Amino acid sequence: MNQIWIPAHLQHFTNGSERVEISGSNIRQVIRALDNKYPGLGEQLREGDMLTPGMTVAINGSVDHLGLYATLDEDSEIHFIPAIEGG
Amino acid sequence: MKHAEGQVDFKVIGTTPERPDGIEKVTGRARFADDIHLPRMLFGKILRSPHAHAIIKGIDTSKALALPGVHGALTGEDFPQLESTVISHGGASTIDIKDLAENCIARDKALYDGHAVAAVVADNYHIAEQALELIEVDYEILTPVLEIEDALKDDAPVLHETFSPGGFILQTEKSHSNAGSFKLRLGDADRAFQNADHVLEETFQTRCVHQGYIEPHSVTVEWSHNHIMSVWTSTQGHFAIREQLAFILRHPLNKVKVTPMEIGGGFGGKDQVYIEPIAAMFAKNTGRPVKIAMSRADMLRGTGPSPGANIRVKLAAKKDGTLLGADLTLAYEAGAYPGGPVTSAALQATARYNIPDQQILGHDVLLNKPKMKQYRAPGGLPVNFAMESMLDILARKLELDPLEVRLTNAMVTGDRMITGIPCQKIGGKELLKAVRKHPHFTSHLTGRNPGRGLAYAMWFGAGMTSSAALTANPDGSVKLSVGTPDLSGTRMTLAMQAAETLGIPVSSISVSIPDTDSIAFSFMAVGSRTTHSTGLAVYEAAQQLLRRMTERAALYWDVDETDVTFSDGMFNNQKDSTLTLTFTEMAHLLEKLGGPITVQSSVTPKSNGAQLTAHLVDIDVDTETGKIEIQRYTAFQDVGKAIHPDYVSGQMQGGVAQGIGWALSEAYQYDEAGHLLNTTLLDYRMPTSLDLPDIETVILETPNPNHPFGVRGVGESSIMPPAGALANALYDAVGIRMTALPMTPGAVLEKLKKKQRGS
Repeated sequence: MNQIWIPAHLQHFTNGSERVEISGSNIRQVIRALDNKYPGLGEQLREGDMLTPGMTVAINGSVDHLGLYATLDEDSEIHFIPAIEGG
Repeated sequence: MKHAEGQVDFKVIGTTPERPDGIEKVTGRARFADDIHLPRMLFGKILRSPHAHAIIKGIDTSKALALPGVHGALTGEDFPQLESTVISHGGASTIDIKDLAENCIARDKALYDGHAVAAVVADNYHIAEQALELIEVDYEILTPVLEIEDALKDDAPVLHETFSPGGFILQTEKSHSNAGSFKLRLGDADRAFQNADHVLEETFQTRCVHQGYIEPHSVTVEWSHNHIMSVWTSTQGHFAIREQLAFILRHPLNKVKVTPMEIGGGFGGKDQVYIEPIAAMFAKNTGRPVKIAMSRADMLRGTGPSPGANIRVKLAAKKDGTLLGADLTLAYEAGAYPGGPVTSAALQATARYNIPDQQILGHDVLLNKPKMKQYRAPGGLPVNFAMESMLDILARKLELDPLEVRLTNAMVTGDRMITGIPCQKIGGKELLKAVRKHPHFTSHLTGRNPGRGLAYAMWFGAGMTSSAALTANPDGSVKLSVGTPDLSGTRMTLAMQAAETLGIPVSSISVSIPDTDSIAFSFMAVGSRTTHSTGLAVYEAAQQLLRRMTERAALYWDVDETDVTFSDGMFNNQKDSTLTLTFTEMAHLLEKLGGPITVQSSVTPKSNGAQLTAHLVDIDVDTETGKIEIQRYTAFQDVGKAIHPDYVSGQMQGGVAQGIGWALSEAYQYDEAGHLLNTTLLDYRMPTSLDLPDIETVILETPNPNHPFGVRGVGESSIMPPAGALANALYDAVGIRMTALPMTPGAVLEKLKKKQRGS
C-alpha cells in the first residue's frame, strides 16, 4: 500500500490526518482513489490532465516531473509538495 | 551512472582554467543587450506612474504623437485583453500571464510608483523623452498600502478586487483582501510546546532590497514581414521570455525567437518580461527594429526587487538545546501582484535542523510596491536571519556554544523536512565540524568592541529541464551548445564536464548559448541549476557522442561494437591491443565513416542536491557611530564537487557580499505617499570593495549521488547567512540584539543608546 503525505492545507479533507494509505500504480490512480475516499481532495491536487499548477509530486524522496503520469512501485511514499526553483 | 564517490582521478574537473569570456568582457568586446544596433532602429521610452496607487481615468498621447520624430505611442489598452491564466515554464515557475502583462504596462490602475502607464517610440531617446512629457494622464489618486501590517487590516485599501492567489512555487488561498496564505505542518507543534523546557519567541523585520545587477534591462525587437519576432535581450531564461511574449501578444511560439546576450547580473531578477512586450508591439506597429533600455532609476522603480518581511519565530527546546518544535509566521511582501517568494522562504525556514514538530503560516501580502521577485535563494535571507538569531538566543540562554547547539540539531540524511520528505544525502554535521576545526573558530578576537557570529543555511535549488548539443569537428575540436544563459562562468564549467567525459583538453571545446530556434527547450538559469542540471545534459550528450564514435571505430576496425571500449580519452580495440585511436584521431576519420556527428540531449533531473553553508564572521563595533566593521569572514560550503574551484569561491564570495549589503546598508526607502526615494546607486547603498573584507572560502565536498561528478548547486545559499551571522556577532560584541534589517550605524546606535538607558 502506498503511503500518501497530505499537505497541511489539505489535511481538513483527511480529518486532520497527515498520512493516509492508498493503493494505485500511478499518481492518477492515487488521486482518483483519494478523491473517492475523501471527496473534494482530488480536485485540489489535479487540474484537468495535470497536477494543480505549483504542485509537484515526490515519490520515495525524489521529485518526479512526470507528475500525474508518474508510475509507482508497491509501497511508495508519496508527497504532494510545492515545486522548487530559485533565483 | 558512475558516482563521484571513489572517482578521484579527474583530469579536468577540479582544475581552474581561464574563463573563455574573461578577456572579451574586460576589454569591452563582449556584446550585451544594449550593444545591438540594427539599421533603421527606433528607440522607446516608458512613462511611469508618479503615484503609488491610482486609477487611470484616461491617457492622452495626441500631443506626443504630434511631436516630429515620434513614430508611435502605446498604453495598456493597446495590448490584448488577457484572462487570468497561469502558465508554467517547463513544469515549474507558475506565473499569471494577466498579472505579468499588466505589470509591464498598467491598464486600469497604477499599482506602484514607477508602474509603466504609457510608452513612446521615436527616432532617438532625446525625442522620446520630450514626447513622454507631452503625454497627459488623468489619475484618481488612491491611498497607498506600504506596510505589511497595514495591508492585512480589514479596512486596508484594496489593490485588486479579485486576484489569483499563489504563483511562485506554492499554491496559496485568498485569506485577506490583500493577501493569500498557506500552511505547512509536520507533526504536532502544540505538543512540542507543551513538552518543552524552554519556549522562545521573537519577531523580526527586514526591508525590501534590489538584486542590484549592474546591467539595467535592455531589449531590441525586430518584427519581420512573415511575423517572426526576433528579440535580443538580457535574461536568465530566453525560453521563458519567448513563452511570456507569445502569451502576452498572442503570437505563436514558433514565431518568437529570443537571443540571450551576455548578461551583467541577474540573481533572480531577469527571468520575466518588463519592456520586451512594449518593444515588440512598437516593432510590429512601425515595421522597424525598436530598442528600449532602462535607466538605473527605471530598474529600481520598475523591476522586481526582493521583499521585505515580518517574521515571528517561536521555538520549543529541551534543556540540552535539542529543538522539539517550531512555529513560524512569515508575512512577506508580494508587491503589486501575488506570488512573491514567501513560499520558498517557508520551505527553507527550518530545513537544516531536525525539528519533529513544526508548523509555518505564510502570508503573501499585496502592497503598492513593485511585484516582488526572486533574489538568490528566494526569500531565504530574512527567515535565515530570524532563525539563526533565535538559535543564538537559545544557545546564550542555555549557556551553550552556538555551534554545538547547531550540531545537536543538525539535520542528517533521512531526517524529515517540514514537507515530510526525508532529506537526501547531506553532510551538515561534517560542515559544522569543519567550522569548529578551522583556525578562524579558535582565533583571538581583536579590536575595541569585537564580536564573533555564526549562521548556518540550507537551500534546495532546482532541477528542471536542460538541453545540450555536441558536434565533433573533423579537427578533433568539439562544439557545445547549451540552452541556459551563462550568469557566472557556466560555459567553462559545462565545457569542463564535456572535456572530462570525452577525455580531451577543455581548450578543444567551444561553447555557445544559441537562440531559442537553435537549441532544445531549457528552463531558466535559476536555482543554482546550470552547472548541475545542464551539466547532466552535457554529460548525457557526451555519452551519446562516444557511443556514436564507438560505432564508427568498430566500422573502421571491422569488429563488433562490443569489441571497442573507450577509456582515458582512447578508443581501444579489444581484439587487438595495439590498435587505439585518440578522440582527435577518431574525429579525423568521421567524414570517411559516414560524416560528422552531432548529438543532443535534454534531461529533467529530479533535484540538484541540497546546498549547505555556514558562515563565521568577526566584527568590531564603533560604539560612538554604531558602525560595524567586518574584521574577518569565512564561508564554508558543501558543494558536492567543485568543477572549477575558483568559480565556486567566487559564487560564495558574491553571495556573502550581497548578504552583507542586505544586512547592513540596503533598503528601499519610501515616503508616506509611496514614492521610492533612493533611485540611484548613490542613495541605494550597496557595499563596495571598500566595505568588504577578504572573504575566505572553505569548500567541502559531499558528492551528490544524483550527478555523475557529484555536483550540487552552488550559487544561492551563500546569500542567506550573513545577516544572522552579523547580528549574532553584534550581540557578542556589545550585547544588543538587532531584530530588524538593515543594521545601519544609525539603527545600531539607537539600540546602543536604549541599552545604556536600560530600556
